[in-house]
Amino acid sequence: MRLSYPTNVKVIKVPCTGRVDVNMVLKAFESGVDGVYLAGCEIGDCHFLKGNLRAVKRIAYAKTLLKEIGIEPERVEMFHIATSDGPRFALVAKEMTERVRALGPSPVKQGTRAFKA
Amino acid sequence: MIVGNRKPLEEILEMVRPYKKILLLGCRECITVCAAGGEKEVGVLASELKLHRAKNGEEIEIREHTLERQCDYEYVDQIQPFVDDYEVIVSMACGAGIQYTAERYPKKLVLPAINTTFLGVTLEQGLWSERCQGCGDCILHLTGGICPVARCAKSLFNGPCGGSSNGVCEVDKDTPCAWQLIIDRLKELGQMENYEKIIEVKDWSSARDGGPRTRIREDMRLT
Amino acid sequence: MKTKSNIERLLEKGEFVVTSECGPPRGADAEAVRKKGSLLKDLVDGVNVTDNQTSVVRMSSLASSVILKEMGFDPIWQMVCRDRNRIAIQSDLLGAAALGINNVLCLSGDHQSFGDNPKAKNVYDIDSIQLIQTVKMLRDEGRFLSGEEVKGAPALFIGAAENPFADPFEIRAIRLGKKVKAGADFIQTQCIYNVEKFAKWMDMVRERGLHGQVAILAGVTPLKSAGMAKYMKKNVPGMDVPDSLIERLGAVPKENQAEEGIKICVEMIQQLRNIEGVRGVHIMAIEWEEKVAEIVKAAGLSPRPKA
Repeated sequence: MRLSYPTNVKVIKVPCTGRVDVNMVLKAFESGVDGVYLAGCEIGDCHFLKGNLRAVKRIAYAKTLLKEIGIEPERVEMFHIATSDGPRFALVAKEMTERVRALGPSPVKQGTRAFKA
Repeated sequence: MIVGNRKPLEEILEMVRPYKKILLLGCRECITVCAAGGEKEVGVLASELKLHRAKNGEEIEIREHTLERQCDYEYVDQIQPFVDDYEVIVSMACGAGIQYTAERYPKKLVLPAINTTFLGVTLEQGLWSERCQGCGDCILHLTGGICPVARCAKSLFNGPCGGSSNGVCEVDKDTPCAWQLIIDRLKELGQMENYEKIIEVKDWSSARDGGPRTRIREDMRLT
Repeated sequence: MKTKSNIERLLEKGEFVVTSECGPPRGADAEAVRKKGSLLKDLVDGVNVTDNQTSVVRMSSLASSVILKEMGFDPIWQMVCRDRNRIAIQSDLLGAAALGINNVLCLSGDHQSFGDNPKAKNVYDIDSIQLIQTVKMLRDEGRFLSGEEVKGAPALFIGAAENPFADPFEIRAIRLGKKVKAGADFIQTQCIYNVEKFAKWMDMVRERGLHGQVAILAGVTPLKSAGMAKYMKKNVPGMDVPDSLIERLGAVPKENQAEEGIKICVEMIQQLRNIEGVRGVHIMAIEWEEKVAEIVKAAGLSPRPKA
């Protein structure tokens, strides 16, 4: 649709949000990102039946882990966007960007730089 | 399988506070099945520790390694080549595996990342339930295949007690009354005469009460 | 006569016996025990002394029983399986008998999670039915659980509890049968509000011929208010409180509800007395012990016969 969305959003395509593991979310923060979000199908529309339901639960779990570590749980989020809904995709990208910007840089960003060999 | 829970992050952080080089050791058996200490969970804990240190601007180096089992020496010995590169081992195995690793590497500090709890089964993905307490003298043939030692909060042999209400144990509304389950099962099996009999006092000497236990098969041992 | 128990003597004579309860204090003050006891003077044939009820630490049941014995009561010493193994149990049985205690009520005991020490380890080395067997073996065979001879068998009248309203209902008579087989001499039931359901249970009990083998004492607890009735119905497991009772209490103004509750209790005792196989009543007026006198007298059960 050639709608514009913020350039700071890096899209990683997966066959289903059910493929995303809590580990992947944590590793993303290790790599220095300030926020992570999943764009999955609408509830009830998952091609793989329950993948997006698993993703919902895993993101909720990821939030609790982030909280324990001392990272704001709002930096990770689950959204449901129909495959064809370009406008909503752009909207969510803007919304999440604004949310993360308001939170500031990830508190582990500096420290994780030391991990990179 | 043996079931356990990963210790709260706070506790683990406290244990590893003085250390910068950690070997995080998982296990592919029971503790993987109950999703507490397998490869995935090792990955999660490693990330959590790294992120936490990063937040405080502190260093940490973690090697993630998952063994087939931590209760057999063939596997525990596999870390021999690199174990001395690390200050401490944080083991995500069950209590048996954690101890065995410590036994095989007596000069190495081995820290427990798991609170080992019970012998149990998978009821559904994400739900595991206690079934056995290793009393050493199984009476499942008398109780329709349901264990009163492990599943009754009072380990009654001639239950239920007066606290059984609507099939629920007085201790917890989510815990079924084991004796209700036993009676229902005995009825289904046409074995109610088992219920009429008094089960005699238990010999607890074969359980933990008798002291730490060993199993020996002399025919399998080479001197 | 197997023992020197007062209720055994009276039951043998065919008397309708009356027992009540004294909960020990949360402290070491013997006077507190005596004070409670004095409220029941001459009103009961035996008085139950609870054993760390609901797993809340109280003065030991045995010690409190001895204090009451010194006052002239015949205590029914309650013992739970939660806190003691078979060694301590047999030891206490011998000790109790040596101190002149004549009755023991064998119970499983509420789980420790209910009380003030939920982190405690529980024991449950033997269960209540095995405990009954143990007492019987000591008394009638003069042998310990280990099989060895007892030098001085304890003569204890053996009691047990049964809850006709607990689940599963159909096996409650079978379980009673097990307790009788194990050696129970008398049974005290959980407090009854649904007389109809209790009568059904007694039918099952009589069908098995148990009423002739064990003396059943029906439990009653006077209701102080409609609120108490509602609370018990909702929150206490194994309690059957018919709505008609709650309505009856609710129909009366608040300040008269206690009186109505006593009236209901007295009527109930009279109804229970008429059920074949009921050999006595066990009045549990927890924290309302002062009303026991009124209930016993109004029910026509005073004065108590001298054994």
